[in-house]
Formats: sequence, structure tokens, C-alpha cells
Amino acid sequence: MAQHQIKVKINGTDHKAEVESRLLLVHLLRETLSMTGTHIGCDTTHCGACTVLLDGVPVKSCTVLAVQADGREVKTVEGLEQDGKLHAIQNGFHQEHGLQCGFCTPGMMITSSALLASNPDPSEAQIRQAISGNLCRCTGYVNIIKSVQHAAAALRQPAEAVAK
Amino acid sequence: MIPASFDYHSPQTLEEALTFLQSHSDDAKVLSGGQSLLPLLKLRLGSAGHLVDIGRIPGLEYIKEEGGVLKIGGRTRESALEHSELIQTKYPLLAQTAAVIADPLVRNMATVGGNLAHGDPANDHPATMLALRAEVVATGPGGTRTIPIDQFFLGLFSTALAADEILTEIRIPVPPAHSGGSYVKLERKVGDFATAASAVQLTLGAGGEVAKVGIGLTNAGSTPLRAADAEQYLTGKQPSADVIAEAARRASAIATPSADRRGAIEYKRQMARVLTGRALKAAIDWAKEH
Amino acid sequence: MATTTLRTSPEVCGMGHSMKRKEDPRFIRGQGHYVDDIKLPGMLHMDIVRSPYAHAKILAIHTEKALAIPGVLAVITGETLKTYGLHWMPTLMSDTQMVLPVEKVMYQSQEVAAVIATDRYTAADGVDAVEVEYEPLPVVVDPRKALEPGAPVLRTDKEGKTDNHIWHWETGDRAATEKAFAEAEVKVKQDIYIPRIHVASIETCGCVADFNKTDTHLTVYMTTQAPHAIRTVIALVAGHVGLSEEKIRVVSPDLGGGFGGKVPVYPGYVIAIAASVVIGKPIKWVEDRMENLQADSFARDYHMTAELAAKKDGTMTALRITTLADHGYADAAANPSKYPAGLFSICTGSYDIKTAFTEMDAAYTNKPPGGVAYRCSFRVTEAVHAIERVTDVLAQELKMDPAELRFKNFIPADKFPYKSALGWEYDSGNYKAALEKAMAGVGYAELRKEQAEKRAKGELMGIGICSFTEIVGAGPSREFDILGIKMFDSAEIRIHPTGKAIARFGTKSQGQGHETTYAQIVAEELGIPAAHIQVEEGDTDTAPYGLGTYASRSTPTAGAAAAVAARKIRDKAKKIAAYLLEVSEDDLVWEVGKFSVKGAPQKSKTIQELAFAAYTNHPPGMEAGLEAVDYYDPPNLTFPFGSYICVVDIDRGTGEVKVRRFLAIDDCGNIINPMIVDGQIHGGLSMGLAPALFEEISYDENGNNSAGSFMDYLVPTAMETPSWETGKTVTPCPHHPLGAKGVGESATVGAPPAIVNAVVDALSHLGVRHIEIPMTPEKVWNILKEKGVAE
Repeated sequence: MAQHQIKVKINGTDHKAEVESRLLLVHLLRETLSMTGTHIGCDTTHCGACTVLLDGVPVKSCTVLAVQADGREVKTVEGLEQDGKLHAIQNGFHQEHGLQCGFCTPGMMITSSALLASNPDPSEAQIRQAISGNLCRCTGYVNIIKSVQHAAAALRQPAEAVAK
Repeated sequence: MIPASFDYHSPQTLEEALTFLQSHSDDAKVLSGGQSLLPLLKLRLGSAGHLVDIGRIPGLEYIKEEGGVLKIGGRTRESALEHSELIQTKYPLLAQTAAVIADPLVRNMATVGGNLAHGDPANDHPATMLALRAEVVATGPGGTRTIPIDQFFLGLFSTALAADEILTEIRIPVPPAHSGGSYVKLERKVGDFATAASAVQLTLGAGGEVAKVGIGLTNAGSTPLRAADAEQYLTGKQPSADVIAEAARRASAIATPSADRRGAIEYKRQMARVLTGRALKAAIDWAKEH
Repeated sequence: MATTTLRTSPEVCGMGHSMKRKEDPRFIRGQGHYVDDIKLPGMLHMDIVRSPYAHAKILAIHTEKALAIPGVLAVITGETLKTYGLHWMPTLMSDTQMVLPVEKVMYQSQEVAAVIATDRYTAADGVDAVEVEYEPLPVVVDPRKALEPGAPVLRTDKEGKTDNHIWHWETGDRAATEKAFAEAEVKVKQDIYIPRIHVASIETCGCVADFNKTDTHLTVYMTTQAPHAIRTVIALVAGHVGLSEEKIRVVSPDLGGGFGGKVPVYPGYVIAIAASVVIGKPIKWVEDRMENLQADSFARDYHMTAELAAKKDGTMTALRITTLADHGYADAAANPSKYPAGLFSICTGSYDIKTAFTEMDAAYTNKPPGGVAYRCSFRVTEAVHAIERVTDVLAQELKMDPAELRFKNFIPADKFPYKSALGWEYDSGNYKAALEKAMAGVGYAELRKEQAEKRAKGELMGIGICSFTEIVGAGPSREFDILGIKMFDSAEIRIHPTGKAIARFGTKSQGQGHETTYAQIVAEELGIPAAHIQVEEGDTDTAPYGLGTYASRSTPTAGAAAAVAARKIRDKAKKIAAYLLEVSEDDLVWEVGKFSVKGAPQKSKTIQELAFAAYTNHPPGMEAGLEAVDYYDPPNLTFPFGSYICVVDIDRGTGEVKVRRFLAIDDCGNIINPMIVDGQIHGGLSMGLAPALFEEISYDENGNNSAGSFMDYLVPTAMETPSWETGKTVTPCPHHPLGAKGVGESATVGAPPAIVNAVVDALSHLGVRHIEIPMTPEKVWNILKEKGVAE
């Protein structure tokens, strides 16, 4: 079956790979490129553990072909931290105990970071809706919502959050 | 879950895609958002020798009003529809439908055209398009043709699209003043198909009577259903509580759902009634306010 | 009702501090290390062929087409394993189950063969290409039918077995209970079915088995909550093929949730290990979600009949519960050996019921084996559901407020320790305080008023109470073992010369935050900052032996071991301090982090100074070093409790139940990390909500699983989950060294009956007494319709 030469920019770095047509984006990341922060939880587009940003938009990478990402930009959990500085969403999850087992966390953070990029001050209802494609079995979502709110506040007023 | 092997093609133009489909019509599938197709392939419930990804063809994603018609590009993402200001302010039925399809991440990939072309009566847009009296534009090797929505859905997973055609546009008449719409869906949880759902689009006359109405039902039969009897009954009437209840009853009378874990036939039929009543009320409220 | 006192500074961060988790930095960077992240040189992939039938004879397995696929290296069948005597394995409940079948399959999705290939795509193609010929056999899915005379006998492998009955278990005083019921002024009886559910941790199960043919060492990286027990099981099961326990290393890396689903030994693990031993290369097997839901250990499947006898004034006089337990085709529940029904006999709950009797029969059916995997504390969920439901039924019968009935029957706070009618010694409790706090928190009286107003308008609103008593922390060695191994747990602490420490444990966190809480316990006891205490678990080569993490046992057992081991270290440090300060040990007093001389506080030695001295200047005649191990054998179980109040609104049109409010007041004794405890409650509540309203695995008459993917197995999202409210009372455990109790499962145990009680309460004026879970919209709507109130 056909192989494809693809070039994908992942977390700011160009990666070239030769892939089978059917290779899923999540497997390109995890198997081909050994970037294992993106997880697989359900295979049927329900759990969102595999969420990545594709050209800035959160999608489920178990339901996207690697070839579909050719020439495009992907951002994964490994790309949230910039220049040794945690993304506000990462800090929010840590400060508000937004994670337990950590398995859904990369997908949750990626989805939440996209929400905050388009809506800097989301209500609880908006947060709940935004993360409703990501399942968490540990937290009951309460602290995830607080984490997103923490990050939102930090992004709006970085100085104030640092003081807090 | 791993799909069986297939070949992937990424045409750069519509012509290229159509040419390919023409020569492989028995063994090729169009990949639009992929949110229905790829899970089917992964579960190995379906197979395809070739996937034709229309994702790189320019000019298939747009939402615009032109000459009294709302035109939606076939590959327009559900999330684009959901967040479009035009749709939110003028097409509540479309906005409400887009907001309850699958989940927000799926909607970032899933497309309006794909939702229709899949021919799944459990999908949400089919009933909505029935209510809106939309037309579907199919582009094939011989050019484009326009298919009225009532002639589009032929059966379970079967539409009027030919194997070498691509759904390129959806056309919806721009609603006149005092129009409103609503989509009310009962789902077991976010991400589920509808247990039942009802789509209503209507226009009120000068005297407050229902001048024009479209009602579509989701997951109520082997195709999406138009509640023609209910539409006819409502037309010209003042929408009193009793009239709405009777219209909802007539709508549910045409439902022929199948029993599954979402519910028994009787429950689903009754839900078609309850949800149609609610959708009618919400649509009327919207029409009065706009 | 004290709160946990803070004895340490935020820098030391001992008990009571909401320390941010030490495990977070790797997880928030995507640097967690889960089984599927492991990649070893030369590693092969395994995928499993599964049965489409629930009961069928295997006529033939054709592997040729699969083996012809480039990259497919082997197909392993039951016959392959039979040559090594590995086609059957024992279960933890002294039953047997198949690894791979040689004769017949017993449930849908049972493992039939395994394909080994160079990558997972090729392995999947191989699975597709294996052809199996089956001859379907009659299927038994209902345990009641399974026990009827003439039912097909499922376990034909067991010589002389003539029926599908597994065991009978009973406890309590049958005769006295019968008498109490005969004499009762009021009696109520309720049938309750708790369906099959599945933990569905977001990470599925899997392993990487790596057998080195040269040195005959086997390393298994595995999704397991009990790595040490697994090592011993491997040695016992496969000792005859040369796997010797000193050469077996089980590593449980980061786990993406467990909840009991990662306690059992699944056939996939054993096949992967066998394949690695035979092929001599590392083999990775990671199940997909459908395999996970269809074949892994389930929970519940209890058909119960609960009866209460009472006086007219509401005083409960006797309880009787009769249960039929569906175990699937093998009894593979991970219960303590002497407790086939787990700790179900906690079913007298929070009430002072003098007389009780419960009995249970277990049956084989054509379903997957399992039984206790869903955050249930060994069948406590079922027990609490029964008592809390039948209590509300009694309240309805007596036309009493359910809160009033509970207050009337609570075991009074001054009667602890309390010996229950079914033999448990409850260590401590203050049930009245918890319920009062919950009622004040939700504004109970106002809610009742609102409900009356709503009813007058035809609206349906309900308030549900659950006042549960948990029983966790198995357990005392005289009663508790698994495969004969006593259910102690362990801690090993070493203090480094610079006063920093490493602490290792026999448990295994799956998200509970052990790296943080255990460090806080050691910090509490030794005054070494928790930030400087490295906690490790899960590697059997380095960690001390322990039984693992499940049934809310980590804090009661390993947490206690940490405190005791730290105290042993403190005792030695005291000797060193006495030597350095040239005083007698009796002249020293301990305050956080240092020993000082009585009456001369300026003369002191910090724990850091004493640690350094332990390696550089230890007293003559004393061994160097500063470390200790403790294998903690708890004197009793711990009995956390709580009172939950749930408020629901019901949509009269659709039957949908909306949880408007849910307040959980929990008492787990002294709290180590309040932030983590609240997180455990939130998660537990969500796993109580899920089976109450959404999740169920049922089977059709052919044994087809009806909820084999997340399409139909309805794990709630943030949209279905209410905003949980929590609160605490603190009744310290009298026998735990820190006064702590387990907490991980309290909310899963307590939440479902609170929700059911609320929904039934909303409909009680219509004569509704009980609704089975999950209370789906359709189920509720059918009741609304029957009662004539559907919209």
C-alpha cells in the first residue's frame, strides 16, 4: 500500500516521515516520533485523551490520518511549555489539583488552552461545554474547571496571579 | 483499533478529485471531516480501497448569503457553523443543531456536507435541512446539479449522491422577518446520537399565525423524516398551546424509530412528540422576538 | 468534632497541608510514563483474536493466512500454551480460568488466539486473518436460570460438576432474624438489582513482557495495582517452566487510573509473558477500549432482596438480605480469600440493628469473570445500596422523614467501638454530626418546603439522603489474606547523610497521589520537608513487599507503615542525639524536626544533624545508617463514613434526571492532604453518579455485550456531572497511628443510593418506592407515564 512522504511541524519543529496511508496521527506522534505525551483512551472518538492542536484547533488525533497533517502544524502537550516556562494551563492544573492519574491531562490541557486562546474569560458553563469531548475518570471535573479558571485569570493578569 | 490498509489520495482541485472518483467509483470513499468514516474503518465495519481527501481543495468552506440564499460550503466545519455570527443571529435552528453534534472536538473536524452525505438518519443536520427546505448541490463529472432535500435521503446510509459526486454546497432560503427555528435533542450524554430530536423552522404571519413551517425528525426512521401532516395542520393556524400539542402529536405519528439502548419504540415516538412541542415553542418565541 | 491540627510548617508540609502534588510536574509536561509509552529494542506487538460467541465449541483455528502476512511471526493458541501447561490459571478465589481455550469459549470476547507481529498494525491485520470455526452452544446469561434444574452445565472442565452453583455464604443469626421478623410491627422488603458496570479507567490494560533468554530474567511492565502479588502469582503459575521468583521483576509504571480494574491477572498478560519466554523478545500487549469493556473484570451484578423489620416508632429491629451473585464463567473476584462476598456484611450500615442475617449464592454464567472492580471496597457498594435503599423504603412505609428515621437508628457516638450484629467492630463514628452538617449545608428544611410548593404545581423535585458506613483497610492478618499472603502493607525509609530521604512502599498509586501523601506522613513524623522525601512504588526489585492499592487500603496499611517506620527512625535518631548531646534519652524531647534537652532547648540536634551523624559519627556499638522498614499489620479495619444529600429535578417530558445539588460530608478521620482528599471525593462521587444514571453493561439472550464501546458505555462528561460540594467532619481512627482512615471509595459507595433516594423521593407521592439503576430517562419516563404524570 502506498507510502507517503510527509512533513509536519510539531511544536515548532519540522518532522519528515514516510508513512502508510492508514497511519493515524496519534501513532505518528507516539510510535514514529516517540512523543508519548498524547494518549489513546478509546479509539472511537469519545474520550479525547489523544487531543492535539491541528493548525491551532483541538482535534482527536486518533481520528485523523497522519497524511492529513502533511504540511500542517501540530501542537501537543510537549509543546505547551515554552522556553522553560510552563503554560498557564499547566500551572493551573498543578495549582488546583486538576489531575490525578494524569492520563486524560494532556488532552484536557490542550483543549483548555484552545478555549482560553479564543475566550479569555470563560464561564463555568462554557468550560464544561468546551471540555465535554474529553473524558476524565478521576477528578469529577470540579478541579479541572478550577484549573482552567486559574489559568484564565493568570493569562488575563499575569502579575496578579503570580502574587497569589 | 487499526483500520485495514487503503490508499490515500489528496487531490488539489475538485476536477482532480472527480476524475479519480469516476475511475474508482466502486472502491473509493470521500474523506471530508472523517469523524464518521475513520471510526468505521478503524472498527473494520467498513472498508475502502481508496480514500479521497477533499481537505486540500480550495473553496469548499464558506458561509454566506447571496441572492436570498444562505450558501454553506460542503466542507464547512461544524464548529464554523456553530460559531458563525450570521448563523447565530439569523439561523437559530442551524446554530442549535451544530452545537449538539457529537462533541466540540469532533465538531472541529466534522463537516456539514459529510454529516448529510453519510446518509445516517441519526445525524443531526438531515432533519434540520428538511425543516429549512434546503437544497444540496452535488458536483460530478458532468457538472453540478441541485437536489431538493426531500429527494436527497433515499434510505439508511443511502443518498441521491452518485458515487462519483461530491456534495459541494448546501443552499437554504434566507428566512423572511418573523422567522424562527429551534433544534431540540434528547441525548443520553454529550457525544451520543439522538434518542430523538426535532428540528423546526417557521415564519409567523402578520396576524401571528403560522405562515410557513418545516419540521424534521432525527433518528425516527430509516431516513430523516419530514412531518408533513403536522406542517400542514399548523399552517395558517394561531399557535396556541393546544394547536402546538396537536401538531407535535401529528409529527410523532410518522415516527418509525427502532428500539435500542436509547429506548423502546414507544418512548422514542413520545419523545418525538415532546421535543417537537418544545422546538415549536422555542421557534415561535424566536420568531416573535425577531 | 475537631479538625486535623497542623503540627508542621508549610516548609515541612506534614499532615493537614494541601501540598501541591509532587507527581504533577511530569504529568503536566506529558512526561508521565505509562505502559504503552515503553519501547524496548526488538520489541514485538501482540493482538488478540476474540470470540464472537458467548458459548461455543472451538472446532478449528486456521492460522495460515495470518502467518502469511509479512511481519506476522507467530499465532499462539490454547494448544501452544497447553504444551507448557499454561492454558489454565488459578484465580484469586481458588477457582480456575482459561488463558487460551483448547475446547470451548465461555463468554463473548474471550481470548481465542494471539498474534505476534513486528508492529501493532500488522498484528491487527493478523488478527483479522485468523479464521476460527465455532459450534455455538446454549448460552446462559441469567444467574437465576443458571441455577434452575436442567440448565446447561457451563464448567464441564470441572470433574463431577453437575450445576452452575459456585458457593453459598452466610453470616449472622438466621433463627433470631426469622423470629425478629415474625414479631415485627412493621416489615418492608425490596428487590434490588445492581447491574454490571466497568471501571473504564481512561488507560486500558496492557503490559510489556521482556524475557531475557541468556540470564533467564523476566521483566514485566504491567498495568497492575498489586505488582508484588503479581510477581508471586507468576512464580507460582509458571515456576514449572523455569520462572523463578528471584528472576522475575514486575514494574508497575504510571497507571492511567485503576479503580480495581488493574488488580486481576488477565489472560493477555499471561499470553504476552509466555510469548516472550518462547520467542525471547519483548512483547507489548495493550488492549483497546472494546476489549477492555468486553473482557476485563466487571463489577456488581448482584440480585438482592433486602428486608427490614422495625417498630412502629421507626426503631429498626432486624435486617435480612438474600443475594444471588453473577460471577460470569469463573469466580475471579479479587476478594480476600476468606471473604467470597467481600465485606458485604457491613450491610447493617450506620444503624444500631441488633439482629441481622445475610446469605448469598454465586452462579456461573456465560459472561466475563470478575466481580469487585469499580471502586467498591470489596462489595461495600452493594451493601450500602441495599441498606440505604431499604431504609428509605421503611421511611416511606412509616410516613417518616428519611432523615428522622436515620437519626432514630444511628449508632450513637458514645457507643463506639461498636460491635455490629454481623460481627464487625466499628472503630469510631459520629453519624449524627455528619448528617446534621449535611442537612444544614443544603438547607434541608427549606428544600422540603420548596418540594411541597413544586408538587402543588406538578413539578417533580426530590431530596435524597445516604448515611453510609464504609469498611476499608484490609486487613488484619488473622482474617485477611490473598492466596494465603497476609494483607499487611509496607514502608521502607532510608535517610541520606544530608537529611533527605527515600521511601518505598508495597502499594501502587493510580492517581491517588501517594508520592505526595506518603512524603507528608514521613515529614510529619520526622520533620524532614516533604519536598525532600522521594517516594517510590511499583518496582518489585526495589520496593518492599506489599499487597498493593485497592479497596481504600493504602493509607490504612502502607500509610500506617510509613508512620511506624519513621518512628523507628526517630527512636534511633534519639539514641544518636543522646550520644551527641551527652544526655540520657529520657532527657530529650521531640518537637518537629529536632530533639532538644528538657529544660535547655538551646541544646538540640536537628534530624538533619542526626542523619549526618548516623553516617559520620554514630555511637560506638551502634550500626551506622538511618533507615527502617515496617510491615504493618492493622489491628482492625477502618470505618470511614459520611452523609450525602442529593437534590434532583425530573423532566416530566423526557424523564431526564438532573442532579441540581449534591453535598457530600465525609469523615475519614485525620486528613493527610485535604486537597487530595477532596479530589478523591470528587472522583468517587462521579463514579457513583455514573452507575446511578448512565453506565450499564447488559447482555442479550445470546450473551452479546450491549455496551462494548464508549458509544454505549456512557462515561459522564463535564456536561452531565454536577458541581460537587464537599465538607468534612473529623473523627480520628483510634487504632491507626495517624488517626487516619481510607477515603478513596467512600463517595462511590455513598453516592448511588443518595441519587436513587432523591429520584424516588421526587416520585414518592405517586407511590413509587424503588427504581433500579441506572435511572435512564426512558426508565423514569415509563414510571411517569404509568403514574399519569408524563408531559
